Amino acid sequence: MAANAGRLTSPADGSRSVRVTGLVRRFGPRTVLDGLDLEIEAGEFVALLGHSGSGKSTLLRALAELDYDAEGSGVLRTPPSLSMVFQDSRLLPWLHVLDNVVLGMRAAGDLGRAALAEVGLEGRERAWPNQLSGGEQQRAALARSLVREPQLLLADEPFGALDALTRIRMQRLLRELCERHRPAVLLVTHDVDEAVVLADRVVVLQHGRAALDVPIGLPQPRSPRDGDFQRYRDRLLAALGVTADGFPRPN
Amino acid sequence: MFGTQSRTAGPLPAAARWARPRRRRRRLAPGKRIPYGRLLGPAALLGLWSLGSATHLIDPSLVSAPWSVVATAGTLIARGELQSDFLVSARRALLGLGFGVVTGTGLAVVAGLNRVGDAVVDGAMQVKRSIPALALIPLMILWLGIGETMKIVTIALFVLVPVYINTYAALTSIDSRYVELAEVVGLNRWQFIRRVVVPGALPGWFTGLRLGVTGSWLALIVVEQINAESGIGYMMFQAQQYGQISVILVGLAVYGLFGFVTDSVVRLIERRALAWRRTLAG
Repeated sequence: MAANAGRLTSPADGSRSVRVTGLVRRFGPRTVLDGLDLEIEAGEFVALLGHSGSGKSTLLRALAELDYDAEGSGVLRTPPSLSMVFQDSRLLPWLHVLDNVVLGMRAAGDLGRAALAEVGLEGRERAWPNQLSGGEQQRAALARSLVREPQLLLADEPFGALDALTRIRMQRLLRELCERHRPAVLLVTHDVDEAVVLADRVVVLQHGRAALDVPIGLPQPRSPRDGDFQRYRDRLLAALGVTADGFPRPN
Repeated sequence: MFGTQSRTAGPLPAAARWARPRRRRRRLAPGKRIPYGRLLGPAALLGLWSLGSATHLIDPSLVSAPWSVVATAGTLIARGELQSDFLVSARRALLGLGFGVVTGTGLAVVAGLNRVGDAVVDGAMQVKRSIPALALIPLMILWLGIGETMKIVTIALFVLVPVYINTYAALTSIDSRYVELAEVVGLNRWQFIRRVVVPGALPGWFTGLRLGVTGSWLALIVVEQINAESGIGYMMFQAQQYGQISVILVGLAVYGLFGFVTDSVVRLIERRALAWRRTLAG
């Protein structure tokens, strides 16, 4: 494992990219992923949209090698170092915030403090996780992921449990952090706006395959009030079977 | 930063807000801890006892007055009997407790972390659990005689059960999401045990330990009635034969006091070790 991925200069660095070919995952009789192909370049931010049960989390868990109970086939290539942010912050309640951030790392106190400062939690190193607000807990979880300088960051609806205001701040923070550390990112989300605000590319999963793959050609920072933004949103919503007025399309 | 959260409850009309006292207590929690509150109950009992003895409502041939118990204790201490008997008893209780806690924890770890261990140990422990430890005394006497070994082993067997059951339950109920996290951040087996398993199982272990501490004194009392030649139980047994009520009461007070003190010590350690928990007990 590379000790420090650092800033990426060569966009065509093959070993740091993600390549998924013909991925099949079955749970009993149900085929969740059905020959999925997906590529993520090093440093690229990809958002994954799809209905509940479309296989978003299954893909993420396959990439993180957490899907030991699933059958399937296909080729997965991931960078050697990856981190995951869960929907819940998943901080160990019996470890101080700093110890949570550097969990499993050796002599990483200073790195951990720097990571906490980066997510705006300086001075909270010695707090217990349950003394933090929901948003702060999720920041600590982000710090825990980024302090490992992953080449691939997997995020499973990381802001799903946060209130709307905290969510917007966290989205901005995530974008900043990713621009600084340049991991490849795969963000699973239900929120079309979140996908368009953050991602370089949005992939819509349907019936276990990538049904739509849209590069978002908008400069950062992006505003949902922007006309182009709304066109992307409408297109993605349509792919998800929702019209702009919120009603399903008659087929 | 946006860390501080407003704790004001619901919209209130301005007048109602003024009428409220400044400091509100949590409505559904038991409220603030009373300083030295745990001494209140025993103190009240002692007061009633003194009152009853002073007004001769309590027959001194059945229950001696508190002051004569204190006087007897003084005599026993002056003669050096109480200290030596207490040391013998404390040694038995602590050794039994120590062996019981170590084996109970060890077995729980073997059963809780390993499928083979689970299959072998837990079934046997469930059988052992349904045999009252004190029912094993006849067997222990035949195997180990009536000496110290029998007493310590019996206490250990008594302590082992609650320690095992609570530790095992705590180990097997560790949240699988934390296991997943440990895998994602790449903890090795040792780090996983140190960072996740041990602290996660600690609350249950402490529950078992507290039951075990009380249990060790309980078992001690029983084994000290069997052919003992020293110890607090022996002292009480002798006193029974000579009708010395106040000596029996001294023995009871010593048992009670040391049960209370050891339990308090364990609770204190528990509060320190589990500082991360915010529970109703606060």
